[in-house]
Amino acid sequence: MTKSNFTRRGLLKTSAVAGAGLAVPTIFTASSASAFTNEPTGDTVTFGFNVPQTGAYAEEGLDELRAQELALEHLNGMGDGGMLNTFSSKVLDGTGIMGKRVNMKTGDTQTKSDVARASAQSMIQKDGCIMINGGSSSGVAIAVQGLCQEAGVIFMAGLTHSNDTTGKDRKANGFRHFFNGYMSGAALGPVLEKAYGTERNAYHLTADYTWGWTQQESIQAVTEAMGWTTTQNVLTPVGAGDFSSYIAPILNSGADTLILNHYGGDMVNSLTQAVQFGLKDKQVNGKDFKIIVPLYSELMAKGAGSNIEGVYGSMNWNWQLGDEGTAAFVKSFGEKYGFPPSGAAHTCYVQTLLYADAVTRAGSFNPCAVVEALEDFEFDGMGNGPTLYRGSDHQCFKDVLVMEGVASPSGNAAMVGYDTLSIVEQTPRAQVEYPEDHPMFAGGSLGECNPGA
Amino acid sequence: MLGLNSHDLKMFIVIAILTLAAPILLNPFPDASALGESFNAGYPALMQRFVIFGILVIGFNLLFGLTGYLSFGHAAFLGIGSYAAVWMFKLLSYNIVPAILLSVIVAGLVSVVIGYVSLRRSGIYFSILTLAFAQMMYAIAYSDLLGRMFGITVTNGETGLQVYNDDPQILMSAGDPTVPHLFGITMNGSSTWNVGGWSFIFQNGYYLSAIFMIAAFYLSIRIFRSPFGLMLRAIKSNQTRMHYTGLNTKPYMLAAFVISGMYAGLAGGLLSAMDPLTGAERMFWTASGEIVVMSILGGVGTLIGPVLGAGLIKYLENIVSKINDGILHNWFAFMPDWLDNLLVTIIHPFIGKGWHLTLGLLFMAVVIFLPGGLVEGGQRIGRLFRRKKSTDAANGATKPAE
Repeated sequence: MTKSNFTRRGLLKTSAVAGAGLAVPTIFTASSASAFTNEPTGDTVTFGFNVPQTGAYAEEGLDELRAQELALEHLNGMGDGGMLNTFSSKVLDGTGIMGKRVNMKTGDTQTKSDVARASAQSMIQKDGCIMINGGSSSGVAIAVQGLCQEAGVIFMAGLTHSNDTTGKDRKANGFRHFFNGYMSGAALGPVLEKAYGTERNAYHLTADYTWGWTQQESIQAVTEAMGWTTTQNVLTPVGAGDFSSYIAPILNSGADTLILNHYGGDMVNSLTQAVQFGLKDKQVNGKDFKIIVPLYSELMAKGAGSNIEGVYGSMNWNWQLGDEGTAAFVKSFGEKYGFPPSGAAHTCYVQTLLYADAVTRAGSFNPCAVVEALEDFEFDGMGNGPTLYRGSDHQCFKDVLVMEGVASPSGNAAMVGYDTLSIVEQTPRAQVEYPEDHPMFAGGSLGECNPGA
Repeated sequence: MLGLNSHDLKMFIVIAILTLAAPILLNPFPDASALGESFNAGYPALMQRFVIFGILVIGFNLLFGLTGYLSFGHAAFLGIGSYAAVWMFKLLSYNIVPAILLSVIVAGLVSVVIGYVSLRRSGIYFSILTLAFAQMMYAIAYSDLLGRMFGITVTNGETGLQVYNDDPQILMSAGDPTVPHLFGITMNGSSTWNVGGWSFIFQNGYYLSAIFMIAAFYLSIRIFRSPFGLMLRAIKSNQTRMHYTGLNTKPYMLAAFVISGMYAGLAGGLLSAMDPLTGAERMFWTASGEIVVMSILGGVGTLIGPVLGAGLIKYLENIVSKINDGILHNWFAFMPDWLDNLLVTIIHPFIGKGWHLTLGLLFMAVVIFLPGGLVEGGQRIGRLFRRKKSTDAANGATKPAE
């Protein structure tokens, strides 16, 4: 026997549940509904600036952040426009990107791959970032580049100097404006040969990770090609703080040249300690002992103070360059922050503008369209002269600077690091170019561009 | 039901519901609102960390909470699990089943060795031994000493181990996804439910990890209530007495250590399955310390405490560290300028890169005022409400301490 209780309330309840049940498939829209990851729909677009704000490379990271903020101001039409006025491509007009105002999210990578990836993931998944920029370590850059490839957003690498970033770890969604270890070697070689001759014994201290390894390999190849011998290569942990136990053995090794493949706070410590050990005043085999720091930055020079006098190194870009792009950038950065920009700041600023420009030229935020617009793109007016973004490995080719540490000509304490590096030579782009299958860069493939979703 | 008493069953069901509904519960504010942009935690990458670190700390608590042996090198097992899983991705295919199995097995084997040596000592000496082993493993992984010995890449040093296009991947067939997947279900695949100002993301990878965590939690309840669990507690309260009664406590200790290591291995394997890259910093001693802090913050020896502690720390790390001065100025925009600036100046050291300071203060507060961790805090609040209802129930309901 059945008994049915039809009440109005019961009917309403049942139909509400049934309706909700039927509606579920329609409200569960798969994320593949949009054409690519984080397609900007409103009147804004968000960039993720993922830089180290704590740890050994924090100084560089914070300077990158300043430059990125400046780049957004210029893109959104505030300030004096900086390099937008000198950039050879004229599609950016200071109204954001394709009419969308540019916002930013910042994150702290702590110079740790895991943390950097977590931070980038949160930018992509939570904040809807369409592009990730920044970073101050090659290990982190490679880790985040891999993540962006999987997630389907563009990675505009910041300060990363390892050959691997656009070598064996190159990815279709990743782009590097900064130069690399090979280019440092190619630019430094002739200068070193002229200054120090062809008979020297080099002792390498090398940061123990991808950047240190590839830079050491590059410098060793160049110096051995001009007749130098390599006494020893000692790997040191990143962030060691105290390098005295690594420097003491150099005194009796018979080497007359020390090559410090260190960066950031590590280089400041190791160079300072090398000077304290009296290496610079030493004579070995009848030659003056020399120290070389293949990769320089203003912030390192600032930390090392007068210890860098007479020490050669190389840079991607320097604020003292005479071209009008550099002048425009230095002026707007200086007006906003009161001091010149570092090379790390420059590369992040340029990368942000290059991305915005590529989107505008492509007419779409779709990563694959952006990749196409950036590949084999020739531009000028961003410092360093005419520059090529090579399509086969996503590496920029431009002039490289060879620098020498000098005593501060202005004597102004605030300018230490900025005017204590002087440009010895602007090595032309042709001298630092290499085929994309060069043995130091072999073993990688870009793969397919990934729009995600 | 399920072999649990009614109290445990209730707790288990609550945990299961909270975990499964996390994508909704962790997004309390509309996405576009200022609060939502700063405090919502319901995005897949963070939720995965909540549950995976939950598994890790549940396992750690089986050792520390039950036996009182403080392992200061637990991150080593996490790292080993991660490396094992990534190697399975490189050699076999992106299917996560072999990866997770191997990560648990390898972590188990390594914990047998480390446990056998370390458990010869107790107290601080045990802690130092485990710390030493973990730092050894870290150094080996960081400089890839194993790889250098054989002239190959084992851990890929500081760069971290990742999968390349030219890796063998012998079980991979043409149409397979090129991201970690479970028989074709990709881990990063997700559905989005847009409703009102909210969009809730339900990600496959999160739900896989969530199911693992619920299972791990269930297993931990069963171990807590088993004779084996009782034996471990007996060791904690007076090991010498156990020896005098003629009982060999060593096998029990080793079993607890290995189970705990396998939990960590599982967590490591899952981390790699969600994001197929691993690095040595996962094994650094600060990572081990973090596990201890999570456990103490939540409540050592309680069932639910570790999960709470892990969640809280990961929340602070990912959410508070993202708040910057600009966001603060937005919040206080309605105030007069001087008050706005004053408040921002006061709060500034505690946000962004200062989140460690916030964590430190919180940790001190918990240790000083709530020695039983967050669980004790919850119990105190619970008692407060119960006492209001009926005064005598509070006294009658108390159980003996042990």
